[in-house]
Amino acid sequence: MKLPQSALLERASFDTLLDALRRRGFKVVGPVIQDEAIVYDTVTASADLPVGWTDEQDGGHYRLKRRKDEALFGYAVGPHSWKKYLHPANLKLWDATRDAGAALRFEEGDTEKPPKLAFLGVRSCELRAIAIQDKVFMGSAFTDEHYRKRRERIFTIAVNCGTAGGTCFCVSMKTGPKVTGDVAFDLALTELLEESGHYFLITAGSEAGAEILKELPTRPATPEDLATADAVVDRTAQNMGREMPAEGLPKVLLENLEHPRWDDVAERCLSCANCTMACPTCFCTTVEDTTDLTGDHAERWRRWDSCFTLDFTYMHGGSVQQSARSRYRQWMTHKLATWHEQFGSSGCVGCGRCITWCPVGIDLTEEAAAICTVENSNTATNISEPASRDPSP
Amino acid sequence: MSSPPTKKRLAVWKFASCDGCQLSLLDCEDELLAVGEAIDIVNFPEATRYFEPGPYDLSLVEGSVTTPHDAERIQQVRRESKFLVTIGACATAGGIQALRNFRDADVAEMASVVYASPEYVSTLETSTAISDHVAVDFELRGCPINKKQLLEVILAFLHRRKPTVSHHSVCVECKLRGNVCVMTAHGTPCLGPVTHAGCGAICPAYDRGCYGCFGPMETPNTASLARQWKALGASDDEVKRAYRSFNGYAEAFRTESEKHE
Repeated sequence: MKLPQSALLERASFDTLLDALRRRGFKVVGPVIQDEAIVYDTVTASADLPVGWTDEQDGGHYRLKRRKDEALFGYAVGPHSWKKYLHPANLKLWDATRDAGAALRFEEGDTEKPPKLAFLGVRSCELRAIAIQDKVFMGSAFTDEHYRKRRERIFTIAVNCGTAGGTCFCVSMKTGPKVTGDVAFDLALTELLEESGHYFLITAGSEAGAEILKELPTRPATPEDLATADAVVDRTAQNMGREMPAEGLPKVLLENLEHPRWDDVAERCLSCANCTMACPTCFCTTVEDTTDLTGDHAERWRRWDSCFTLDFTYMHGGSVQQSARSRYRQWMTHKLATWHEQFGSSGCVGCGRCITWCPVGIDLTEEAAAICTVENSNTATNISEPASRDPSP
Repeated sequence: MSSPPTKKRLAVWKFASCDGCQLSLLDCEDELLAVGEAIDIVNFPEATRYFEPGPYDLSLVEGSVTTPHDAERIQQVRRESKFLVTIGACATAGGIQALRNFRDADVAEMASVVYASPEYVSTLETSTAISDHVAVDFELRGCPINKKQLLEVILAFLHRRKPTVSHHSVCVECKLRGNVCVMTAHGTPCLGPVTHAGCGAICPAYDRGCYGCFGPMETPNTASLARQWKALGASDDEVKRAYRSFNGYAEAFRTESEKHE
């Protein structure tokens, strides 16, 4: 089969896509409005989507706003990310029972077959985030089976962004706003709101996607339609809310571990962990053991953890990262610098969640830019002479 | 195998408090019989007049020290207790009654306003946490405490392990349950980022800001949060009052509240 194939689907026929997915046994999850935000939850019809809504985003600020049109995908990403489906916040790993003969019996905790989910409305940055977590959980000999068995059953309907959020910076991270062929997806949509009508350009990214596309009441896309769709994404790319300094960032960060800016950010940082919980690539977990009153039954649960908690670096005698300064620096240098060494790419996809959902609006791009400023920036030579780290006599 | 060879002895003590925290033990309805199987409850006046003298393996202490008599009594409780665990905001931070600590007026004057016969009232100038008086082995936070956490502390004690009680922010609990941040998305001032987890983020789940019932989290940046509250339109007085409630005399909340007087 030749890929990609493109076709046009009228807004009025959008629900045929949901029907086709359901016929194949998929439960569709995607953007819906809950508690005055666009989150991910079950979508049963296109009317469940945030029709005619958009979001206003800034550091520590998120508000829903009405659009002048009836767009289905006219907003940026919200507080949830797809990791909540692929890498659950709470997961029972096993339970253990001690029987009358004092023998221990262990049972796997995560034995259920995960549901077949269709992710509707996955943005380019989010596809990249999923690809990063694929690498984290499945990229070595030690595969996380909990992740793998969920991931294998996902059908992905991506959306090219028609609206840039106030904290978006995918362009400078080279992760969007257009869905490109080097990341996996099944279908990709571009929403077109033209005088001639409201329709979607759909491109298949996989055989499974192409099969569904064939079933939909589409008409062929003309070169003009393709150009219109490209113009939508180009316009989004021109309107990024933020920009990350791109050139040599990992090197600059790692050469400036004693930069005074770390003290400034620590003064504002709440160590509340919101940034890491909202981040679509942060993957850290802790395990918690529970016992019952008899002591004959124990469970081990895995839950999301954060490098902003003291327990995260607790070892015998105390926590390694005591200060907010060291915790913020660890998070940012891992995300933007050492992630390259560990996983072969940046850990940041430019989605802006850490900026929007920081209660005090700390801006990752602003912090990175401040550390890159020439007047404060250390040189590599200074780093090899860590005089500033020596304790005062 | 199901119960230890000799049962440990549990005592529950009340100091200045509303009794809500010790009621959490009675509130463990489904587990209460099993608790009674696993441990001997030998002093729990809220539940029974039955009383056995010490020593005790585990004492749960509710309430703050507000009278000369209580200041002596807590010493006695400590002497008779192998492990002493304080439960609730009164015991861990002085409670709402610690608001008196902020007043310049002397306590006799306040008593004369409140009571018809203040001469019968013998009270201290301050309401203070149990840990200001004796060594405490573990502090369980909350106003009131979470009964599941109380069970966990008793279980951990029985099985000689560390209680699984997190000291990070309420924000983590919000994110784990998928709550939308009320501060960011609604502009509602919330104490969650500086507040100790444990309640399961109840208020934000119902569109309210956190009231700080569990007191300061492990590394509270109260000044930064106060600045954000003011950016959201809160007055100094509102910031002061927010920090100065059930846990107002916990150091991090107290010192920040004083900056907004």
